Amino acid sequence: MTTLPGRFPGGLELEGHKSLANQCPIRFAGLPPRLLFPLRQRNGENARALVSIGDLVRRGSVIAGGNQSLDPPIHASSSGRVIAIEDHGMAHPAGISSRCIIIETDGLDESIAALPALDTTHCSPESLLDRLHEAGIVGLGGAGFPTAAKLLKGKTAIDTLILNGAECEPYIACDDRLLRERANEVLQGAALLQRCLGCRTTLIAVEGDMRLAWQALKAAQSAGDFDFIQIIQVPSRYPAGGERQLIQLLTGREVPSGALPAAIGVICQNVATVAAIYRAAAHGEILDSRIVTVTGAGVQTPQNLEVRLGTPIGFLIEQCGGYTGQAHGLIVGGPMMGYTVNSDAIPVTKPVNAILVTGAGSPATIPDPQPCIRCGACAEACPASLLPQQLYWHTHAQQLQRALDYHLLDCIECGCCDAVCPSHIPLVHEFRQAKQASLSQQRARDSAAHARMRFEARQARKEQEQRDRELAAQRRKASLGGHASPKIQEALERARQKRAKQNESLASETTHNDP
Amino acid sequence: MTHNPLPVERRFTHDLSSRVTAGHQVRDVMWAVIAALVPGLLALIWQSGPGVLVQCSLAVASALIGESMALKLRSRPARPSLNDLSAMVTAILLGLSVPGLAPWWVITLGTLFAILLGKQVYGGLGCNPFNPAMVGYAILLVSFPQEMTHWPAEPVGLGETLHAIFGEMDSHRPDALAMATPLDASRTPPAMGHSTATPGGLVPASHSDSWVNLGYLLGGLWLLRRKLIDGRISAGVLAGLTACALGFYLEDSSRYPSPAFHLFSGATMLAAFFIATDPVSAATTPRGRWIYAAGIGVLIYVIRTWGGYPDGVAFAVLLMNLTAPTLDHFTRPRAYGHPR
Ligand code: SF4
Ligand code: SF4
Repeated sequence: MTTLPGRFPGGLELEGHKSLANQCPIRFAGLPPRLLFPLRQRNGENARALVSIGDLVRRGSVIAGGNQSLDPPIHASSSGRVIAIEDHGMAHPAGISSRCIIIETDGLDESIAALPALDTTHCSPESLLDRLHEAGIVGLGGAGFPTAAKLLKGKTAIDTLILNGAECEPYIACDDRLLRERANEVLQGAALLQRCLGCRTTLIAVEGDMRLAWQALKAAQSAGDFDFIQIIQVPSRYPAGGERQLIQLLTGREVPSGALPAAIGVICQNVATVAAIYRAAAHGEILDSRIVTVTGAGVQTPQNLEVRLGTPIGFLIEQCGGYTGQAHGLIVGGPMMGYTVNSDAIPVTKPVNAILVTGAGSPATIPDPQPCIRCGACAEACPASLLPQQLYWHTHAQQLQRALDYHLLDCIECGCCDAVCPSHIPLVHEFRQAKQASLSQQRARDSAAHARMRFEARQARKEQEQRDRELAAQRRKASLGGHASPKIQEALERARQKRAKQNESLASETTHNDP
Repeated sequence: MTHNPLPVERRFTHDLSSRVTAGHQVRDVMWAVIAALVPGLLALIWQSGPGVLVQCSLAVASALIGESMALKLRSRPARPSLNDLSAMVTAILLGLSVPGLAPWWVITLGTLFAILLGKQVYGGLGCNPFNPAMVGYAILLVSFPQEMTHWPAEPVGLGETLHAIFGEMDSHRPDALAMATPLDASRTPPAMGHSTATPGGLVPASHSDSWVNLGYLLGGLWLLRRKLIDGRISAGVLAGLTACALGFYLEDSSRYPSPAFHLFSGATMLAAFFIATDPVSAATTPRGRWIYAAGIGVLIYVIRTWGGYPDGVAFAVLLMNLTAPTLDHFTRPRAYGHPR
């Protein structure tokens, strides 16, 4: 391993448990009897359903569309009939449910015509962005951020493109398998992105213990014309694959607090996302499936499955031979950053990279939280150099402002503090909730500000109308002599209406312009 | 095409218990601390007789009773708190610090003070700003200076020990009650300096003290190796003390004892590895801990050399406990992505 330009503080050496799932090739999970598509978007609003109950859909049909959101449209992932549009649990850290379009599959899996292929060596950046939106590409590493929006965000010039294949979270092995089996697609995608972003450096990072993935990348590199891409091994230290930590490792630079990596000229993309980008561009493929690691002591045959989006988790477990007797907890994602869900009827959505069914007592069932003994182990483990014990003190006492002063918002929710806490305090859980609370406070403030702006705009309009009326009255007075022609009157009236309209649209703009 | 039947939904409970644990458990740490005290304890028994064992047992018994009582009064379940063994550690530290032949009520009262006034009144483990054992020790020292400052100069047999501890008050005491306690300051009036600072300063005045300190050092190093205590604190205490001692020793070696004397006398090693390292009452940030620990080292020297109190460690630790929140506040590490 070559020496890297940077390192990050804290972090943990965790047992990988990867070999549970990464031994056999990715397998298609098959078509479930039902597919569920949650309409909830990142901004909390529902996408507009474009189908109604009874409609027949085919694989690739757009069934719901963006609603004031960056989110791409939602596509059906197989053919069948819409049987319901109703509330259903979805994969979300807060355990919320969402309006879902439920499709009963017909097993024929008929597709609509694919999108036209783009010329990956010459297409314009704009056409690529349009394609990514159209094909429904979002980040597949777990965050689910719309890729077109992420690439567009860069106002500063991007000089470094980082492909994140450092799958540092225990148990998860979908990127590992993807790199082993489809390294060429990833490199093709990297070349395409590098050209469209116009960046100088392209790096692919894999973890030190993903040796086979590294070899596959090397092989694909020498087979194709990819010498400009650097393939780098990073230490197997959690969270080396965290976006900010990876950037720190590879560039020695830190992303400023509250900013995006683009602020320092870096764009980070998960390798699976890059492969999807390539397929969307070169083959016109829509993102309607993803690789999911189904693993843990609670699953009979852990493995990586190619899963149609909308497939219920329970169906995947069935494909893996069902639950074992000791199945205990159901986690979406890995044991560090994942979250528990309460039902296996929940469908797979784009950010779901792993399903972990824990066995009773493994990972060790954790006793009830004890008081904090201020041992500082959490601070030592924190890759963001925060003081989790102080954060906890303040969030627990509902002192949100103090917690913000201690940089609550810089917490990447990696879970290192949790893992080392000798008192088993659910720190991250607490921090997530506090961040949610701070977010909704912010939203409330924003909407209050919007309301005020709306109010002020209306006030201004009223005053303007008043002034106009007075003016008109004066004019009428002046024109009593009969000078002003009806035409002038008409023009004045038109101008007045136009102004009123302008004020109105100004007001409505301020309301709808939710960032 | 045939369809798979709809799978039956299986429901799970949301629980936070399915997490990775990569660290130590409080209870395990406390066990290790107790185990690490054994070499020092053995040295103490060897040097001054079985009194210390009796004191420790008395302390542990009073601590458990005191803690259960307090938890009952606060209507908290007793089990989790007793289980974490922290009360036991407090008790043993105190038992090791009082003179081996002190009457039984001294250690009993001291332990109750430590548990009740040092810990439970603040809301139990984790909320106490002061090191409970040192609170107990300080109260004892102020209240019973007579009983607290006499230590057998040579090993005393079991019978005699029990008699001294449980016998009637004012019954005759063994003759050998002449020495300072381990926590006692080697306040150094010039005369004492002369008698102690042997050439090279490697052999400190009190033979028994240095064996006991060696025992604690051994246990401490073991804890360090297992990463159960923060080496910054131990190193800081020793560095602070050594720096002061060296400075004055070089200045005037006839008046001031050598650093080695300070390192291996009194409760230096106990403080550096077992008392100052109590995380609850220490600073928590890395830089804060350096300052906190060095402060303890310096204060031990100051109190030993010029202090009005005969004891260095307890007051040094308590004083620095006071500064911990402030230290924490001013030594917050630079978080990721914030300007340097
Ligand atoms: S690791 Fe747990 S007990 Fe230790 S300081 Fe952090 S929160 Fe407190
Ligand atoms: S979850 Fe947050 S506070 Fe805890 S270690 Fe990770 S970044 Fe630090």
